Amino acid sequence: MANYLIKRILMLVPLLLGITLITFTVIHLAPGEPVEMATAMSPKASAATRARLREFYGLDKPLHVQYGMWLSNLSRLDFGRSFAPDNRPVLDKIKERIPITISLNVIALILEFGLALPIGIMAAVHRDTLLDRAISVFVFVGFAVPTFWLALLCMYLFGVKLAWLPISGIHSLGSDQWSFFWRTADLARHLVLPISIATFGSLAGLSRYMRSTMIEVLSQDYITTARAKGVRERVIIYRHALKNALLPVITLLGFSLPALIGGSVIFETIFSIPGMGQLFYQGVMARDYPLVMGILVIGACLTLIGNLLADLCYAVADPRIRHGRG
Amino acid sequence: MSLARTVCLLLFLFLTACGQDAPWNKAQAQGGAQFVTGSIGEPSNLIPILASDSSSSDISGLVYNGLVRYDKNLKLEGDLAQSWEVSPDGLQITFHLRRGVKWHDGHDFTSRDVLYTYRVTVDPKTPTAYAEDFKQVQSAQAPDSYTFRVTYAKPFAPALASWGMPILPAHLLEGKDITKSPLSRNPVGTGPYIFKEWIPGQRVILEANPKYWEGAPHLSRYVYRIIPDNSTMYMELKAGGVDMMGLSPVQYQRQTTGKEFLARFNKYRYPASAYTYLGYNLRLPMFQDVRVRRAITCAINKEEIIQGVLLGMGQIAHGPYKPGTWAYKPKVDNDPAYDPVNAKALLQEAGYRMGAGGILEKDGKPLSFTIMTNQGNDQRLKCAQIIQMRLKKVGIDVKIRVMEWASFLTNFIDKGKFEVVLMGWTISQDPDLYDVWHSSKTGPKELNFIHYLNPELDRLIVEGRGTFDMAKRRDCYYQIQEILAKDQPYTFLYVPDALPVVTSRIKGIEPAPAGIMHNFIKWYVD
Repeated sequence: MANYLIKRILMLVPLLLGITLITFTVIHLAPGEPVEMATAMSPKASAATRARLREFYGLDKPLHVQYGMWLSNLSRLDFGRSFAPDNRPVLDKIKERIPITISLNVIALILEFGLALPIGIMAAVHRDTLLDRAISVFVFVGFAVPTFWLALLCMYLFGVKLAWLPISGIHSLGSDQWSFFWRTADLARHLVLPISIATFGSLAGLSRYMRSTMIEVLSQDYITTARAKGVRERVIIYRHALKNALLPVITLLGFSLPALIGGSVIFETIFSIPGMGQLFYQGVMARDYPLVMGILVIGACLTLIGNLLADLCYAVADPRIRHGRG
Repeated sequence: MSLARTVCLLLFLFLTACGQDAPWNKAQAQGGAQFVTGSIGEPSNLIPILASDSSSSDISGLVYNGLVRYDKNLKLEGDLAQSWEVSPDGLQITFHLRRGVKWHDGHDFTSRDVLYTYRVTVDPKTPTAYAEDFKQVQSAQAPDSYTFRVTYAKPFAPALASWGMPILPAHLLEGKDITKSPLSRNPVGTGPYIFKEWIPGQRVILEANPKYWEGAPHLSRYVYRIIPDNSTMYMELKAGGVDMMGLSPVQYQRQTTGKEFLARFNKYRYPASAYTYLGYNLRLPMFQDVRVRRAITCAINKEEIIQGVLLGMGQIAHGPYKPGTWAYKPKVDNDPAYDPVNAKALLQEAGYRMGAGGILEKDGKPLSFTIMTNQGNDQRLKCAQIIQMRLKKVGIDVKIRVMEWASFLTNFIDKGKFEVVLMGWTISQDPDLYDVWHSSKTGPKELNFIHYLNPELDRLIVEGRGTFDMAKRRDCYYQIQEILAKDQPYTFLYVPDALPVVTSRIKGIEPAPAGIMHNFIKWYVD
């Protein structure tokens, strides 16, 4: 086990290097440079200005030199400064946006698993009944309805017509002078709409997945045996079947880890949530290389760690795998 | 499903618990002299010479002052300069600075600040896009604390306006690296509003400067909310979350018309400082024939585009100036009117004959081209489609290609690899056209990317920027408009209207040629 773990962790290093090399190349292959984006179509920028800006950002050096510099800075955990006009450290920009994105995603993830798993089980147990069909329709509506459209309708209903909930942003104006309780309540009020809509939209995948693994497990011989022995249906479903049906879900949970720092651009834009999605999108559009690379590296690390954790959890949860590898 | 039920119950409890005594209800009722405006974009840097986005200049405009500014009729007036003189030869400008002006941190404003702003802008180490106008300066001196004098190598009319550049505080910046200065996120200026707070991704808050030399602004607090989606902003407006925003033509015409809405809000409408055009790549033989360009303009119904794309919220453009400004020629004789019959005749004259499939041909080659435009601008795409339909009727085959902005510029515009582009320019206050139209500006990344070369136009541009005599300048720009109308290197399409809406709580707004923001510090609430 320990050997396996060490091997897996060592494997991460070349993998990560490969990822950074590929992303670095790809982002530089995209047409346009940060300097150009900042000065394009501006009558006030001359060729000399551009050359000066390129030198300032180190863009005049050959690509492999730029990559080497970036890598050596990264090894000291220095992500560099953003190429945007604010020229701030990339880490600062990420730091101020990551808390809201992670909180949102964690809550949405808990809600998603909390709702999708029971829904999936229910659908599997009542397979091919009216309930099953109703659930299918419900989750697929959530999947199919465009988020931005649903968001606008809900904003109009709950924000403008009924005036129950705030429309956008994450804090009310002047909330910094309120007590901690009201500040938290205010934040929660702002998050009701985004989180509900995000969760509604993501129920389909997981619940359908749960339904199909559950159906598969329920048709196994040992379930039939349990039934033959006269075990109560509740016990069969929740003790015998569910345990086995949940195994693949662990992998899914592992895959969700990198998604925790990623945000949806459309979603954040609609609700004016200053999260990672917007930051990354703006970074790409402005060809802000250090920022884009910074976010990608963090995302890649989380993906690799997520995969590793999922494999480990799997081994812990499933004796077959644990013993198979010795 | 007990979990879902619990969640619903909690939510319900939560919503009802937050009844009347919740602070957000009180906050909304207060309102007061706080003014909230919405913006799609977030400012990037509040040191004005380091930023070129409109959000940054919205904020900088309230925090800083320049030496001069445009008044409500778009005439230059003194700002931090009380007065100025131009020497008879037009080479030297002497500014007499306002006395008693203080920076927000209490320091005196003096000519040292002006000198510093000039020096740091032209410093090769400063990554600014604004050095060009100041590079024309031969020497700059501050003979005493309240006098500032600049000398130019040759008379340069846009020079005066270039001193509208916000003046930076020398005592906080001199001798330091401006790119790492905390002022970029925490500016100190001389303007009517003092910077208070910037919450990244959410809002910037300014507070009225009680000691402002023109008198303290009436609205005590200015909140600049970042709301990246226009529809969301519109909902916020209706819910009272923002006091002002710019409307789209559809919102102006269809969604803001009810009696209830008009009682709560005032809508304004005036021409924006921008125009949209169709630009021809004049390196291509097809477009070198002026008859072809004129024919295309004749075949396009500009009025129809304005109705279809802007729902009537705009005016026809004949040239590069905004209607109603001093350089704008109201009646341009050479301007081709909408006339499809004439378009066909012109193409016939240019040697095109109707070929198979209803497409004109010359020497066996069909008259066919691609209009390129950038992604994310729905108006331009619609505009291209209407043009496509009109040109089809006279026998021209048009394809449309929409591209992401960065690759559009790099792969096509900069390399001259395009046929026709549909783009827009903002119209600067000074009518100088050197950067976009002079034949010396056709190099890579320069703005005369359609490669228009006309010695007569060059002469008039240079003459116009080389004199301070307004009558002479106007004469040059009138002639320029005639030449451009005759040559049609662009088909000038339209000048859209700016459509701001402001809550009726705010009084004292005076629409003028400069828009509505010119007297912002005089706005008040009842």
